[in-house]
Amino acid sequence: MLAVTFKRGVHPPDHKEMAADVPIQKLEAKEGMELIFPLSQHIGPPCAPLVNVGDEVVIGQKIADSQARLTSPIFASISGKVTAIGPAAAPNGAQVQAIFITADGKNTTLPFTGLSAQEQASPQKILEAVHQAGIVGMGGAGFPAQVKFSPPPTDTIDTVILNGAECEPYLTCDYRLMLEDPRTIIKGLECMLQLFPAAKGIIGIECNKPKAIESMMKACEGMQRITVQPLQTKYPQGGEKQLIYALTKREVPSGGLPSNVGCIVSNAATARAIGIAVAQGTPLIRRVVTLSGSAMNHCGNYDVPLGMKLSDVVELAGGFSETDPPKKLISGGPMMGNAIFDLSAPVTKACSGLVAFNEADAALPAEQNCIRCGKCIEACPMGLMPTTLSKLARKGDLEGFVANHGLDCIECGCCSFACPAKRYLAQSIRAAKHSPHLKR
Amino acid sequence: MDRQIISSTPHVRSKDTVQSVMRDVVIALCPAAFMGIYHYGAHALLLMAVSIATAMFSEWAYEKALQKPSTLSDCSAIITGLLLAMNLPPAAPLWMAAVGSVFAIVMVKMLFGGLGQNFMNPALAGRAFLLASYPVEMTSWTSASPFGLDAVSTATPLASLKQGVLPDATMLDLLTGNIGGCLGETCAIALLIGAAYLLYKKVITWRIPAFYIGTVFILTAILGRTGESGTLHVPLYEILSGGLLLGAFFMATDYASSPMTPLGQIIYAIGCGLLTTLIRLYGSYPEGVSYSILIMNLCVPLLDRYTAPRIFGARKKEKGAKA
Repeated sequence: MLAVTFKRGVHPPDHKEMAADVPIQKLEAKEGMELIFPLSQHIGPPCAPLVNVGDEVVIGQKIADSQARLTSPIFASISGKVTAIGPAAAPNGAQVQAIFITADGKNTTLPFTGLSAQEQASPQKILEAVHQAGIVGMGGAGFPAQVKFSPPPTDTIDTVILNGAECEPYLTCDYRLMLEDPRTIIKGLECMLQLFPAAKGIIGIECNKPKAIESMMKACEGMQRITVQPLQTKYPQGGEKQLIYALTKREVPSGGLPSNVGCIVSNAATARAIGIAVAQGTPLIRRVVTLSGSAMNHCGNYDVPLGMKLSDVVELAGGFSETDPPKKLISGGPMMGNAIFDLSAPVTKACSGLVAFNEADAALPAEQNCIRCGKCIEACPMGLMPTTLSKLARKGDLEGFVANHGLDCIECGCCSFACPAKRYLAQSIRAAKHSPHLKR
Repeated sequence: MDRQIISSTPHVRSKDTVQSVMRDVVIALCPAAFMGIYHYGAHALLLMAVSIATAMFSEWAYEKALQKPSTLSDCSAIITGLLLAMNLPPAAPLWMAAVGSVFAIVMVKMLFGGLGQNFMNPALAGRAFLLASYPVEMTSWTSASPFGLDAVSTATPLASLKQGVLPDATMLDLLTGNIGGCLGETCAIALLIGAAYLLYKKVITWRIPAFYIGTVFILTAILGRTGESGTLHVPLYEILSGGLLLGAFFMATDYASSPMTPLGQIIYAIGCGLLTTLIRLYGSYPEGVSYSILIMNLCVPLLDRYTAPRIFGARKKEKGAKA
């Protein structure tokens, strides 16, 4: 099958070989280990705690929830005792309120039961199960799944897209899941299709993952509504708008949502979480993260309980290199992930990995004059003129910035990657986009 | 654990640098420069050396005088010097190369803010300045001979074409550069090798050279030349003679003075081709590449402004940027 793609974009070295062939390894919280559960692991207002300091909790117990529409409950991933409720570092660099739980090592768990075959035929039951399992977009955005699956009635969904592009360099957690647990991912996709009876399911996977394409094709063999579509290897192929364009040739309107063009997009890990929630009744309490980068001793993919501190994950996985210590730690991939300084931040629902750069990789390049080569324009998947936007942003001309469609920037970083003068294009554009002086 | 570096995304950058891009251009110019030395002898080598040295010295001195950090390491002064020399007649006096280089670097490049800020191609502006100031020296051509040993005064193929006469030079002479002309522009094969390297290295795209050369090819095929001895339709001959290949691949593609947008580049290249053809066919000069590129350089800000790419997902009513 011919591989499809979007316009422009870049080809960063993917470095996936460092962790791609390492099977997922399960890490467990030992007795006495402190786990942290931020009350805000999704887009939307934070949850309120349902437990008090001193309470005993068990695996799968709901510990925080909210009545807001845009929300997602939080569950304990270990059994143990609530020791504190207070501020903690989040893996995106922010400070958030969180519940601290110390593991008792007993791993006492609630009994989980999945939906019966009859219940699985009901869209309402599936939507409820997804909501009650605390599922959010696990690719990084953290958008509550049940809200995503309830588009405005004016939008008719005809395509459910499973995002297996995983275009961020270094990250291989979705790849491993597609190899090791394709059936649960397909199960999740089937549940989504159940919600949209008129839709077909497309699984988009980049061509640099032939084994994943093969594995997913095998898992959905004979299914009428599901197809696997190879994608060209290009960044940001897994960006929602780019993926939709590649697969359907539809453009999500500026400022609009995928549902406006009849599409719903979920990444592979999210689909798997839905599959688990519906079939087994287990809420979102674990996820697979990739540890990789030049300063990591044992690059690999680890199935960890949510809430485990990144420092504990790294230690259990073999630690950082002694001879080539980390100089930059990135939560997520190097194109869009956040550089963090505090490894006491926990693994959250949307945290896909930790990339540790040694000194050479972490070095920040010096900026030179723009030579007007236009490489940023040839790279921008949104059709923007990054060099112009960056100049306006630095001048503080926010009016000109908006007039030149600065707000359409998806912050993918292609422009900065491509720039030979090493200008901080995406960085300055992002600063303007989030400027408090901006009038929308 | 040591202190960690915190910065905004992206955390990885491509391997391309300004230096690597400029170095690739210098490498790409080498075959043609070598053929210039082969055809016109040691004086050609001296012209290039003087031109490059003066260009680098003027940039260094300017920055020293203004107490600015030196930008010599970006290698762009080497390109300006080399290109200027390659645009000089083989017998031009050495001081002329020096004067042209100083003008190109100081007046055209540095006074406007240095690399990337020059509004026209410095080497071409230097050449135009010399052509206006020293018209006799700048239009005296010598024939090509191995290492310039038997050089005699000659006419360029374009000057012959201007009379409506098909020149003596064969197609093979044009390809190997065995003709009169500026010292870096004559050998088509060497220029094409360099151009292929630039395209392969993705330093330039095909747009500007293809539309520029294509426009000249089509227009000269249609219009033809009407001279004293009849009409000539020799488009292939037209694109291989004169400075078109050097101009289209190495000078019209200068980043700073060409449009950044794909559509802008196409319009710019067609404009260059149109002007070149008009000057060659109907103007008083036999060759029009430098002036065409310089004139189109001046249109670049306008082109960039009105040829912004279509925004992904733009609603129909609000297409394009309104800067």
